[in-house]
Amino acid sequence: MDRITAFSPRGWSMTVALSLLALLPIYVAVTGQTFYLDLASRLMILGMAAVSLNLILGNGGMISFGHAAYLGIGAYCVGIPAYYGIYDGLIQIPLAVACSALFALVTGAICLRTKGVYFIMITMAFTQMVFYGFVSMEEFGGDDGLVIDLRSQFAGLLDIEGATGLYYFILISLLAVLFLVYRITRSRFGMVIEGARANERRMQAIGYDTYRYRLVCYVIAGAICGYAGALLGNFTHFISPEMMDWTASGELIFMVVLGGTGTLFGPVLGAAAFVLLEEWLSTITIYWQFLFGALLIAVVLFWRGGINGFVDWAADQIPGRIITRTRDWIRRAPWRQRS
Amino acid sequence: MAPALLTVENLNKSFGGIAATDHVDLIVEAGEIHAVIGPNGAGKTTLVAQLSGELRPDGGEIKFVGQNITPLAAHARAHLGIARTFQITNLMLDMTVRDNVALAVQAYAGHSFRFWADARCEERLVEPAMAALARVGLADRAGSIARAMSHGEHRQLEIAIALATEPRLLLLDEPMAGMGVEEAQSMVAFLDGLKGEKTMLLVEHDMDAVFALADRITVLVHGKVIASGAPDEIRGDAAVRRAYLGDEGPLSNEESG
Amino acid sequence: MDWTLFVTQMLNGLQLGVLLFLLASGLTLIFGVMDFVNLAHGSLYMVGAYFCASLTDFTGSFVLAVLLALPLTALVGLAVEFIVIRRLYARDHLDHVLATFGLILCFDTAVQFLWGPEGMAIALPAVLDGQVEILPEIVFPTFRLLIIAVGLVVALGLYVVVTRTRAGMLIRAGASNRTMVAALGIDIQRLFALVFAAGSAMAGLAGMMIAPITEASIGMGNEIIIIAFVVIIIGGIGSIKGAFVAAVLVGLIDTMGRSFLDTLLKVVVSDQNAETAAPALSAMLIYILMAAILAFQPQGLFPPKGR
Repeated sequence: MDRITAFSPRGWSMTVALSLLALLPIYVAVTGQTFYLDLASRLMILGMAAVSLNLILGNGGMISFGHAAYLGIGAYCVGIPAYYGIYDGLIQIPLAVACSALFALVTGAICLRTKGVYFIMITMAFTQMVFYGFVSMEEFGGDDGLVIDLRSQFAGLLDIEGATGLYYFILISLLAVLFLVYRITRSRFGMVIEGARANERRMQAIGYDTYRYRLVCYVIAGAICGYAGALLGNFTHFISPEMMDWTASGELIFMVVLGGTGTLFGPVLGAAAFVLLEEWLSTITIYWQFLFGALLIAVVLFWRGGINGFVDWAADQIPGRIITRTRDWIRRAPWRQRS
Repeated sequence: MAPALLTVENLNKSFGGIAATDHVDLIVEAGEIHAVIGPNGAGKTTLVAQLSGELRPDGGEIKFVGQNITPLAAHARAHLGIARTFQITNLMLDMTVRDNVALAVQAYAGHSFRFWADARCEERLVEPAMAALARVGLADRAGSIARAMSHGEHRQLEIAIALATEPRLLLLDEPMAGMGVEEAQSMVAFLDGLKGEKTMLLVEHDMDAVFALADRITVLVHGKVIASGAPDEIRGDAAVRRAYLGDEGPLSNEESG
Repeated sequence: MDWTLFVTQMLNGLQLGVLLFLLASGLTLIFGVMDFVNLAHGSLYMVGAYFCASLTDFTGSFVLAVLLALPLTALVGLAVEFIVIRRLYARDHLDHVLATFGLILCFDTAVQFLWGPEGMAIALPAVLDGQVEILPEIVFPTFRLLIIAVGLVVALGLYVVVTRTRAGMLIRAGASNRTMVAALGIDIQRLFALVFAAGSAMAGLAGMMIAPITEASIGMGNEIIIIAFVVIIIGGIGSIKGAFVAAVLVGLIDTMGRSFLDTLLKVVVSDQNAETAAPALSAMLIYILMAAILAFQPQGLFPPKGR
C-alpha cells in the first residue's frame, strides 16, 4: 500500500475530497438539498464496510462473499435494543461490534479451514444462514424488518438524531476507520497478513501459524463492518434482513474491486462510485441494473486496476517537475511494496 | 552423548500404494552437511516436505535434538529451528526483497500480534534483514519487488529468508536448481562458507556440488535408503552405481578422475 | 408423529433433493472441469423456467415446451460462455465471482424487460395435475413424483455419460488433470463450451420442473443457488456423486426440519420456546449441517482426487 504524503497528488486529492465532505452540510443548509447529505452519509457508511472488507479481501486475499452479514448484525444490534426501549448508543454500538466480532470468530474459525472456492461459498452460506435466521424471527418483523423510532443516544454528549449530527458522526467514524486500517496494514500484524496472501506456504515454512493471524484479521474486519452496520441502522431508521442479502455482499466486493483492492482509499472511492452510479443510472432507465451488471463485467474484463489505478494513471499525466519528482521519490521508496 | 540434531526413524509415506518414502532412517549430526541424493523420483522432495512438516508421514518418527516433532505443523517446527528452502522458488513475489526477509526475522523477534507500530520502521526487524541480505549479496536489491528479480537472485533470496530465521538446521531442497554454471559455483562457495556454522541437509542433483560440500551422503532410490556414508564410501558403493546406471551415470567422471 | 405426513414429507424432501441435484451437478461439473465459479448458474434456472412458461402458452403443451426449452436454455448458456465466461477461465476466482454477479444483474433485468415484472404460471396437463395414491392412505401430487423421476433419470444418465463415454472420460480427466487433457490434443475450448451448455440445460430443466409449482419469477434462482452451493460444498466440489448424496441429504434435512423440528424441540424445551426457536433453527439447519461437516472434512464428503 502506498504511503499517503501531503505532497503527493493522491494526498492532495484526498485533502480536497475531505474538505468538500466536511463542508457539504453547509452547502446543504444553504440550498436545502438534503438529498446530498443522505447520499454522502450512505456512501461513507458503505465506504467503511468496503474498507473493512478490503482488509480481508485485498490485504489478506480472503475472498469473503458474506461481508454484508456484519452490516445486518450491526444494524440489528441497534434495532433490537431500540425495540425494547434501549436507545443508549454506548450499549448499542459496543454490542454491535462485539456481536459482529463474535460471529466472525465462530464462522471464521470454520471458514478459514477451507481454501479458495470453498471459502467463497461457505462465507456466502453463513451469511445466508443469518439472513434466514432473521427472516424467521417474527418478533423483530421477520421479512418486513423493523422501524427504529429513535437513533442511538449518547447521554447528551453527542446528538445524531438530526441529519447533520449523524453526518459528522459518520464522517469522523470513516476517518477513524481509515486511520486504524492504515496503521494495521503497516504493522507487524499487517505484514503477516500481507505475507500470507502473497504466499501462505512460505509463511508457514518461516514459522507463522497463518490460520491464527487470518482469523484475527477476519474478526477485526467483521468488527469494523459491524460498527458500520450500527451506523447504517441509525441512518436508515430501519432494519431488515435485506441488508445482508447475498447480493449486498456482492455489491461490497464490487466496491472494493471498483476502487482497487489492497489500497487504503480505494474501497471508499469504489463505494462512492458505486452509490453515485446507482443514483445516476436509475434516473436514466428502470432497467439500470442491466447497465450496472454490464459495467461490472466490463470492469472485470478490462479494468482491473480499479479507480485507484486510474488515479495513479491520471497523476502520471499531471505535468510539473515537483509533482513528477515527488512521484518518482515515492516510487523508489523502499517501503512501497506494491505499485 | 548428546542426541543427533535430526534423527529420522523408519519413516514411511505412500501415495496411492506407491511408497515415496520407504522405511527411511537418517541421522544428521550437528555441524555437518548431509547430502541426500538419488535419481529423479527417488522421493527426495517428499522427504524434505515431511521433515519440514508440510506433509504428514504415514508412519515413523522424526526427532529434533531428541524431541519427537512428528506431530508438529510446519510453523511449529520452524520455531524449533528448522528452516527450509524450496526447490521451486517460493517467495512473497508481490513484496519487496527486504519485506520478504524482514518477515522471516519478525517470526522470531517477539510476537506479531502488534497492530499499531510501523513494522518497516522497526530497527529490530530491518537490521537483521539487511544483514541477511548482505550476506547473500542482495543488499543493493532490498527495495526491489521480488517478482522483478532474476532466477539466480530468487535462489539467493530463498537462502537469505532461511538464514534470517536463525535456524539450527537448514533443509536445502536443490538450491542450485535451474542455475547457470557460474551462479551454481558461487552458491557452492557460499554454502561452503556456511559450513561449520549451520547444519545443513542438502538435497541436490548437481553431483559436483554434492561431493564438494557434503560430509556425509545418503542415497535414496525409490524411497529407500540404499547407502549412507562418507563421500568416498558412496563413490565406491556398488549398489549406488547400479542405481545410477542408465541415469546418465553421474558418478562416472568421478571414477575416471 | 403422523405416519402419513412423515412419508409425504420424505417424498417432498426427495423432490427438493433431486431439484438441487439438477442445479448442483452443473455447478460442480463446471467447477470441476473449468475451475470456474459460476454464480450466474441460478440465472439459467430462471431462464429455463421462463422459456418453458412462454412455450407452454404458445404450444399448449407442457411436455413439448420442456423439450423445446431445453436446447434453448443450452443455447443461452453457450452464448454466455462465448461472450463472457471463456475470457475468464484464466483469471482468479474473485474475477469469476464478480463477473458472474454482474451477469445475474443483467439476466434479472433482461427477464424483467422481456417478460415483465410479474411472475408467470405454467398450466400442467390434466394427467400431471392430480394426485396419486402411492401407498394406502398416502396420496402425493403426480407432478412432484414426476420431478423425482426426472431427477433420478438425469442422475442415472449423467452417471452413465461420465463413466461410460469418451466425453465423460475427458470430463473426469479434466477434473483431475487439466494439463493432461490439453496435452492429449483435445479441443479444450469445445469441451468447456459443451460442459457449460450441458450444465445450463440441467439448471434450466430444474427451473422448468419447479415453475409449474411456484411459477417463474424474477430472481427465482438467486435463493436456491446458494443452497446448491451448500450442496456442492458438502458433497465436495467437482464430485458428481458427492453432489447427488449431498443434494438428497440437504433436501431431506431441510424439508424434515421445517416439518418436525418443533415437535422434536418440544421434547427438550417448553412448547412456547420450541415454537419460537423452531422456525429460525430449521431455516438455519442446512447451514449448520454444512458447518459441522466442514469442521471435520474441509473438502466435503467426497473430495476430488488430485486437487
